[in-house]
Amino acid sequence: MLRIECPWCGVRNEDEFSYGGDAAVDRPSDEGSPDEWYDYVYTRNNSAGKHTEHWQHVNGCRAWVIVVRDTVTHKIYSTVPASPNLPTGKAGVDQT
Amino acid sequence: MTQKFRTTDGGLIDRNRPISFTFDGKSYQGYEGDTLASALLANGVHLLGRSFKYHRPRGILAAGSEEPNAMVELRTGARKEPNTRATTIELFDGLVAKSQNCWPSLSFDIMAINNLFSPLLSAGFYYKTFMWPVSFWTNVYEHIIRRAAGLGTAPTEADPDHYEQCHEHCDVLVVGAGPAGLMAAQAAADKGARVIIADEHVLLGGSLNSEDLTVSGKPGNDWAAAQVAKLSAMDNVHIFTRTTVFGYYDHNTVAAIEKVSDHVAVPAPGKPRQRMWIFYPKQVVIAAGATERPLIFGNNDIPGIMLAAAVRTYTNQYGVKPGSRAIVVTNNSDAYRTAIDLHGAGVTVVAVVDSRTHPDAPLAAELASLSIELITGKTVGAAGGGQRVAYALLVSTQGDTEEPQRIDCDLIASSGGWNPNLHLHSQSGAKPVYNEAIFSFVPGQSRQAEVCVGAANGSFGLQECLDQGLAAGAEAAKLAGFKGKNKKPPKAGDDGDYSIEALWISPTPYNKSYKQFVDQQNDVKVSDVNLAAQEGYDSVELLKRYTTQGMATDQGKTSNVNALAILAGQRGEPIPDVGITTFRPPYVPVAMGVFAGHTVGHEFMPVRHTAIHDWNKKQGAVFIEAGLWLRARYYPQSPSDTMTDCYIRETNNTRNNVAMIDVSTLGKIDIQGPDAAEFLNRLYINNWLKLPIGKVRYGVMLREDGMVFDDGTTSRLGENHYFMTTTTANAAPVLSHMEYYHQTVWPDLDVVFCSVTEQWTGIAVAGPNSRKLLKKVIDIDLDNAAFPFMAVGECHMNKIPARLFRISFSGELAYEVNVPADYGEQAWLELLEAGKEMGVAPYGTEPLGTMRIEKGHVAGSELDGRTTALDLGLEGLSNRSKHFIGKHNSARPAMLAEGRLQVVGLKSLEPGRNLRVGAHLVDDKVTLESVSQSQGHVSATTFSPSLGCSIALGLLKDGTARHGEQIDAVFPLDDEKIRVEICHPVFIDPKGELVRA
Ligand SMILES: [Zn+2]
Repeated sequence: MLRIECPWCGVRNEDEFSYGGDAAVDRPSDEGSPDEWYDYVYTRNNSAGKHTEHWQHVNGCRAWVIVVRDTVTHKIYSTVPASPNLPTGKAGVDQT
Repeated sequence: MTQKFRTTDGGLIDRNRPISFTFDGKSYQGYEGDTLASALLANGVHLLGRSFKYHRPRGILAAGSEEPNAMVELRTGARKEPNTRATTIELFDGLVAKSQNCWPSLSFDIMAINNLFSPLLSAGFYYKTFMWPVSFWTNVYEHIIRRAAGLGTAPTEADPDHYEQCHEHCDVLVVGAGPAGLMAAQAAADKGARVIIADEHVLLGGSLNSEDLTVSGKPGNDWAAAQVAKLSAMDNVHIFTRTTVFGYYDHNTVAAIEKVSDHVAVPAPGKPRQRMWIFYPKQVVIAAGATERPLIFGNNDIPGIMLAAAVRTYTNQYGVKPGSRAIVVTNNSDAYRTAIDLHGAGVTVVAVVDSRTHPDAPLAAELASLSIELITGKTVGAAGGGQRVAYALLVSTQGDTEEPQRIDCDLIASSGGWNPNLHLHSQSGAKPVYNEAIFSFVPGQSRQAEVCVGAANGSFGLQECLDQGLAAGAEAAKLAGFKGKNKKPPKAGDDGDYSIEALWISPTPYNKSYKQFVDQQNDVKVSDVNLAAQEGYDSVELLKRYTTQGMATDQGKTSNVNALAILAGQRGEPIPDVGITTFRPPYVPVAMGVFAGHTVGHEFMPVRHTAIHDWNKKQGAVFIEAGLWLRARYYPQSPSDTMTDCYIRETNNTRNNVAMIDVSTLGKIDIQGPDAAEFLNRLYINNWLKLPIGKVRYGVMLREDGMVFDDGTTSRLGENHYFMTTTTANAAPVLSHMEYYHQTVWPDLDVVFCSVTEQWTGIAVAGPNSRKLLKKVIDIDLDNAAFPFMAVGECHMNKIPARLFRISFSGELAYEVNVPADYGEQAWLELLEAGKEMGVAPYGTEPLGTMRIEKGHVAGSELDGRTTALDLGLEGLSNRSKHFIGKHNSARPAMLAEGRLQVVGLKSLEPGRNLRVGAHLVDDKVTLESVSQSQGHVSATTFSPSLGCSIALGLLKDGTARHGEQIDAVFPLDDEKIRVEICHPVFIDPKGELVRA
């Protein structure tokens, strides 16, 4: 059971969140080439180690957060808001 | 006298409270405090079941949850529980248990003939024997295996009891309430930490209850009881008895099972049978003790051959004499205590057989003082006897071939040393390491916030257990943020030093071949391990799977280390090089019921009702599940009304008159802000920047991969105010999708939105008379010019504030009225009342589906995640000069290439024969057997009342260009083949004149 510290709600169980995929991929602009758009959707690093990923606190405050998680140990290094515009008390939570 | 094998006094049972129970139909008595195993032993019953493969007689090996053999079917009927360990069942009045895996009876078991054919059942026998011929798989082998293998039988009735799940947070979790655990809990609690201490047993104290030990000058069990009383009185300590911690998961999450009612025949009213606990401790102290491993010799599975410490437990804790003439065989110092305790209980101990040539002098002297013979440098090479051990044959550990020494006995207490219980440590991600001093594995580097202490840490002395427990409890509290001075540990009475020399397999008498069991529950022998290694399955993980060693319900608690030592011997390598398999949860078998908890039957998922639900129910509507919602499917008017009767009637009433349907389940999202239009423009493939206030537009959303995600209408209610509807199924995913883009991709857009699905009741009023009906109740001008197709407006319906949309899913002149959900039922009733004179009637989702197929509206069965807007005939809506989600990937060459499945209409050319969803579309040359040449499939079907024939929508290769052709719709499961005509998917009113009328 992962325990994710939502920047707004505090530490919550994984069941309250839904996984939203790799947060390290950059979404191309409308002028992006077909290859860039292909990579954005289909090409992923299958990294053993730190992985930056999106989660949504879907059964909570519904915020999307960026989690840095170790894919080998499941250790979570940090959880920060995905949106710079949503006000929080803190700038993100360091879970180290 | 019953209980012939009870000691005259002593033990922690209550001799004033006799308990009656039956085993295999025979009545016995035991005492409160007994387990089923101890009570059977007290009655001289050693034969409890037959083994898994060879149906050999099996008895009781151990005294706890590590027991591989003594498994019984507990209780009867719906509460029957197979494969329950007699060693962990607390005795209760009226307990009924039955032996398993024997037929026709326990003492005469026909399948025991497998014992003679054992060469056929060696390691990997499934893989080798059941290879071919293929026809034998289901006809022959499966029957043989099902009959011969397997243990107990599952109950056939539903479990009448309920199970709970609970969550609990604490600073320090202590696993195990033996000497180390009790000290750890005390030390942590003294510093003010919130402590949970959990133990499998109802009587806390661990080895203090089963061994002859003293602490602070008091008998161990008295000291433990006082310690428990002290902890119970503390507000910050929560003691869980009958609770086995079975899993250590990520982020220091720990799961345990509390056996709330397993010690009674029927749970008390309101009590669950079992409760699953999820603990969230900051720190964990694992004081889970150790498990003794048996010595491996010929016929080491005969009933009456037991673990040495288990014999002490039965003698000391339960006041049971597990035999009359015992020998103790060991490779270590610990088992000497078994001889001493048995002697004290009045059992004749014929000899202690120590494989070591230099045993500990004080122990040898103690045996001498009790006149117990000590034989050194020898071990038991094989045992003999049928359903109870009768003798042991002693051989020199050097494996010479001289005449073995025979000793007659009815109990062999065997000890091959101790294995720390590392299951939780290993589950937490840590890697145990091999320790040469104890010839076993000990905890490695911690990976989570856990520490092992006492016997679980390979420290078997009582003083070490107390010291380590105290230190670890204090440290855990400190790490959890609590301060305070450490106290001094109590003084343990001398319990000697542990010493051991390795002996993994005993030589056999005359080097003859005997069955030497490693894993008794799965009947895995030394020869199986050797064979696996010879055949190349010589890594621990492969060995386990090839021989099934360690894969039974006991997970090899008494066999794992022995197995890998034997494997190491075969490979000629040291044990640490061979390694150890990863322990996986659960530590003990856990009933499925406890994982389900209360989420069974109707509680599996919540059910959502619309405001019209009660009315629908009163009308006798037939419901259908749509996600979590219950929707009215159709409305029978008489008991003889079939679904077909209903949907034809309801469709006709809509097409010819006026009808109403509850559409409240559609997802509804309120969107506001200066950038709302821009946001919509990026979400949908079509244009949104120029939608006027008061207008509705149909929109299509794609996923990033270019496939269609959802469709629905969005209305512009004000300058910066929009109202979106989604399909019922996608209401939640669409909201998450919007939140994703708004928060992660376009946080610069000034827009806010939220779900208002449950705030509004939606009622579609459809049919040529819908305007006439609504004019009676709506306070705005509904003439076609004032309120045309795709108009939206705020209004009142009678006195209810409402929004009116002129949209149509049926293809008829139609409106949708939205009112606040609290007015939902009232609005529905007022509309029915107003339309009474016109013959208004409700319609369900079945006629809704009929009309959408007639109109060629694509829905979930066409929006199957594999279709693009082009495939669905919706590409015309898109505006590729702007940016939208999925724009680029929907234009990849493969998405535009020939050969894609495209939506088409299909008409049955065979009157009276109805098309079927899932039927394949194939050329007429294709036979029913070769549907791999399928060109597509039927996605939705109905009998069309308007056309008078069976029609369908389908997805067909290049379908758009094939209108007018004929093709076969085949359904091989029913040997069915129907000729159909391919046509445009819009069957009626292709120009859409009705909706604009
Ligand atoms: Zn949150």
